[in-house]
Amino acid sequence: MKRLTAIAAIGLLASAGAYAADPNLGRNLAATCANCHGTNGKAVPGSGMDSLAGESKAKLLQKLADFKSGDKPASIMHQITKGYTDEQLNLIADYFAAQK
Amino acid sequence: MMLMKRRDFLKVGAAAGAMASLYGCAGGNKAGGHVVVVGGGYGGATVAKYLRMWSEGSVQVTLIERNPNFISCPISNLVIAGTKTMEDITVSYDNLKSKWGVRVLQDDVLAIDAAKRSVKLAKGGELSYDRIVLSPGIDFMFDQIPGLNNAAAQEKIPHAWKAGPQTVALRQQLEAMKDGGVFAIAIPKAPYRCPPGPYERACVVADYFKKNKPKSKVVILDANEDVQSKKGLFMKAWADLYKDQLEYRPNSEVKDVEVASNTAILEFDKFKADVLNVIPPHRAGNIASQSGIKLVNNRWVDIDWLSMESTSTPGVHVIGDAIFPAPTMPKSGHMANQHGKLAAAAIINLLAGQAPNPAPVVMNTCYSFVDAKNAIHVASIHQYDAASKLVQPVKGAGGVSAARNELEGKAAMGWAKNIWADMLA
Repeated sequence: MKRLTAIAAIGLLASAGAYAADPNLGRNLAATCANCHGTNGKAVPGSGMDSLAGESKAKLLQKLADFKSGDKPASIMHQITKGYTDEQLNLIADYFAAQK
Repeated sequence: MMLMKRRDFLKVGAAAGAMASLYGCAGGNKAGGHVVVVGGGYGGATVAKYLRMWSEGSVQVTLIERNPNFISCPISNLVIAGTKTMEDITVSYDNLKSKWGVRVLQDDVLAIDAAKRSVKLAKGGELSYDRIVLSPGIDFMFDQIPGLNNAAAQEKIPHAWKAGPQTVALRQQLEAMKDGGVFAIAIPKAPYRCPPGPYERACVVADYFKKNKPKSKVVILDANEDVQSKKGLFMKAWADLYKDQLEYRPNSEVKDVEVASNTAILEFDKFKADVLNVIPPHRAGNIASQSGIKLVNNRWVDIDWLSMESTSTPGVHVIGDAIFPAPTMPKSGHMANQHGKLAAAAIINLLAGQAPNPAPVVMNTCYSFVDAKNAIHVASIHQYDAASKLVQPVKGAGGVSAARNELEGKAAMGWAKNIWADMLA
């Protein structure tokens, strides 16, 4: 029984990907947004760009999903969100939500 | 002088210690060591800040930069058109020093000894490193345009493709030009720095002429067979806004210049202009192209996309315009910033004895002004692909503006403010 569980666990790991994810993957992905949205999601005040730091994860994910589906009209974000997988957007939202 | 610098460095060391205790130990192997960054532009300033920020002060960073301040190439076309000033595009390195504890030396690197892991500085002395990041941008291949191969010629026929005195020189020539004159801009064959930049410059200069010198003309001499970026949007702007001001000539490679008469010499033709702006072909900045590091096409540095490390020379990372790009990747300030973060994350892992992130992502956003207020963009996202070992553009993602608009003109300035802060604040 124990052995079966171990084998199942190995199977799960294998299907999750051929490599171990970097522990700082969310941080690294979120940093790709910083050019416009500020370091760690803290946009320059008065720059007209949205600050993402400390926003709720649910709100961030909903916004990103709406951009990706086209439900939320945008000049550029509909094109950018399509470049990231849903898993990556999830990690990005986690990271920004955790910023103070 | 040297004593001052050493004392500053000691201060930095103390600040690093304070930062480390503030954050506490995150557990696992901690990255340590000394990273030298050569070049304080979009790539170099970013990697310096992010190495300090992400290592929580445990990696020492020395940034070597020739110039006293950062001057941005993006937005510099608006200085040339007269709607922004040099002050608007200049940012100090002070926050990198005081807030992030980066040691900034205004100096030049003469040579790299990759075996000894040390660099030789122009002001004297050597600096040893555990890892080095080269972010030297580009240098021009003036030998390809023999008449331009001296300082006097380069002053009379500016490139203004590195922001600084050349930006000012071109602006002054345009201001001094009589109404009814011709401004010609010559674009080299791709790849070159900032693919949409020359077309943006042509637009905003045409806008300046339209408002101030309405009998004057802009001629684009493009060595390429077609517009290299945002083609439909630029061509629409030319047709809608500058029908009487602007002429586009593809397949017009400048092979030489006659400096005295301000004449560009093409393959089968000559073109005389009142203000001649020739952007010569370029390659990786000299310190990268002349240090024995493996190049592609004898011009661009070959790098490993998991770490931005040279494929030939261990411990040497290269970022920004100097690298041989991944498929469809532009040479842009935005992309150099993204390379800087990729390199910072990888170097911190490597210094802690860990493998770099196996799944890096970089993205590009680039705004171009087509007049003083309206802008257009191009965006792309590039994900690492283990099979090709390259970051590959994501199909179906990215793209260009639907149409030029003022909102994106505002976004372009918002982009500038935020990326400058992301690098330097």
